[in-house]
Amino acid sequence: MAAVPKAVSRGGPGALSVGVRRGSRETLVLLAFVLIPFGLEMFWTFWPALNSVYISLTQWDGIAPPVFVGLDNYARMWSDETFRTALRNTVIWLVLFGGLSVLGGLGLALLLDKPRKGIGVYRAIFFLPVVFSMVVTALVWRMIFQPDGVVNGLLAAVGLEDQARIWLGEPETALYALIVPALWRQVGYIMVLFLAGLKTVDPLLHEAAKVDGATAFERFRHVTLPQLRPITTVVLAVTVIDALRSFDIVWALTKGGPYHSSELLSTYQFSTGLLGSQLGYGSALAVVIFLLTVGTIVVYLVRSLRDEESA
Amino acid sequence: MTATNSRVRPWLFHGGMSILAALWVVPLALVVVTSLRTFDDLADAGLASVPKGLTFDPYQQALESGEWHSIVNSLLITVPVVIVTLLLASMAAYGLARHRIPFRKTLLLLMLAGNLLPAQLLLIPVLKLTEQFGIFDSRIGMIVVLTAVGLGFYVFVLHGFMRGIPEEVTHAAKIDGATTFGVYLRIVLPLTKPAMAALGSLAFTWTFNDLLWSITLLRDEQKLPVTPAILGMQGEFVSSWNVIAAATVIAAIPTVIVFLRFQRYFISGLLIGSSK
Repeated sequence: MAAVPKAVSRGGPGALSVGVRRGSRETLVLLAFVLIPFGLEMFWTFWPALNSVYISLTQWDGIAPPVFVGLDNYARMWSDETFRTALRNTVIWLVLFGGLSVLGGLGLALLLDKPRKGIGVYRAIFFLPVVFSMVVTALVWRMIFQPDGVVNGLLAAVGLEDQARIWLGEPETALYALIVPALWRQVGYIMVLFLAGLKTVDPLLHEAAKVDGATAFERFRHVTLPQLRPITTVVLAVTVIDALRSFDIVWALTKGGPYHSSELLSTYQFSTGLLGSQLGYGSALAVVIFLLTVGTIVVYLVRSLRDEESA
Repeated sequence: MTATNSRVRPWLFHGGMSILAALWVVPLALVVVTSLRTFDDLADAGLASVPKGLTFDPYQQALESGEWHSIVNSLLITVPVVIVTLLLASMAAYGLARHRIPFRKTLLLLMLAGNLLPAQLLLIPVLKLTEQFGIFDSRIGMIVVLTAVGLGFYVFVLHGFMRGIPEEVTHAAKIDGATTFGVYLRIVLPLTKPAMAALGSLAFTWTFNDLLWSITLLRDEQKLPVTPAILGMQGEFVSSWNVIAAATVIAAIPTVIVFLRFQRYFISGLLIGSSK
């Protein structure tokens, strides 16, 4: 229909001029339709991203002109203890928050897949927190983790008063206490994704496997799981992206403290780059977050492709 | 039905599920109950106690301390973002899905990739750009940035949806003399309504719940949306847990309303979103 180059090529007078003029106006409309949104997004995403890469090679306080320092900011990370804590915490976060939300979401989806009485209510309950902001989630859980809150109350009720502590205020527990509310909000989302995936599993294959004497676990392992592969790839990509950009819950509850014990790369990046006016170092941290995200997803894709070939 | 179903007794299933579900419900119930208690009651007995009486005063206190104002701020940012996002995304998706534009696949993938860049990589340069354009610390700046950085996802989903509209429908309209814009307005948009409702409710929730961009691009407390504002209230009402709980409940209400109203679309939106 819209052969774009032809319409653009001629606008001069002649027998065709009316048609061409209409055609070229149509082309302009079409170009505007695509290029305005495209240009807008590129200007506010790729252009800043490229700028970040450049800023990461400079020393800049945001006021005086930036000074080019090459890879100094990246070299500085090696000797920066807070960076190492943040990197380690980010990896822990990826493994625990990512891993548990995928396992929990898959478990709930398997339990709530078959039609049963009351299943809709359970699904709605697990899904509800997905609509809350991380800040709302944080405030809900802050009350639970308070020194006089529910967790310590329950411990006292079963005679474990000596285990009570300030969960978000002690370096040993802060990071793990933060993972709990993050999971609370994420599991329902992952559950919905897996429930959609389970709809595509062919029930006849299950029947056939059962006739052949396969146990429930064998059927899960060899019938359900292989058919969930496409949705699993999506879930893992979503999870890696979500886990590595996690910021809100930590910022709302501990701001990375106490003593950086719950610092993630994202919160450290915000503290140094935006609050601490070290724009160069902050940008270098942002580049590291980006590389971690891309790297993790590429490693997963390569591995799953290899698995598929050997399978 | 299946052997597993008949073997696992229903009471076992419901017993286990109720315990799990309680882990999700109890925190919410706790916040709602706390938001209805008096300060003295909480100060005497602590958070993990049975309330002596119930009152709506904490809600009044929360609203009077400026939360009402910040909810309005949130809506003044969120509603324009949702509208402009859906408009621009549907335009681009229509152009890319229905016309043989050169490099259209590349354009689409670039837009999706732009959406997947971590926000941390954009924060500092975007902050500088808004300063240069004079839209730092302004609602309009928030609207422009939140719309622009999110577009790719919506274009991608709508593109997939619009490719499902039969070619004959748009073709027939063109033969009848409809313009590109006419086909978009009178044929494609009405047919895309379900997808637009799904994406609209997602866009509302995501924009309303934003924290990172607000604390990056806004300084003036008078302009703060409710999500960052309730964080600030913690400082103001240090130990008034009832007021903080009430503020939390109020801040959650708009997205819960959108979710309940568009429930069907909301979940299908998450699912089409996941196929990217």
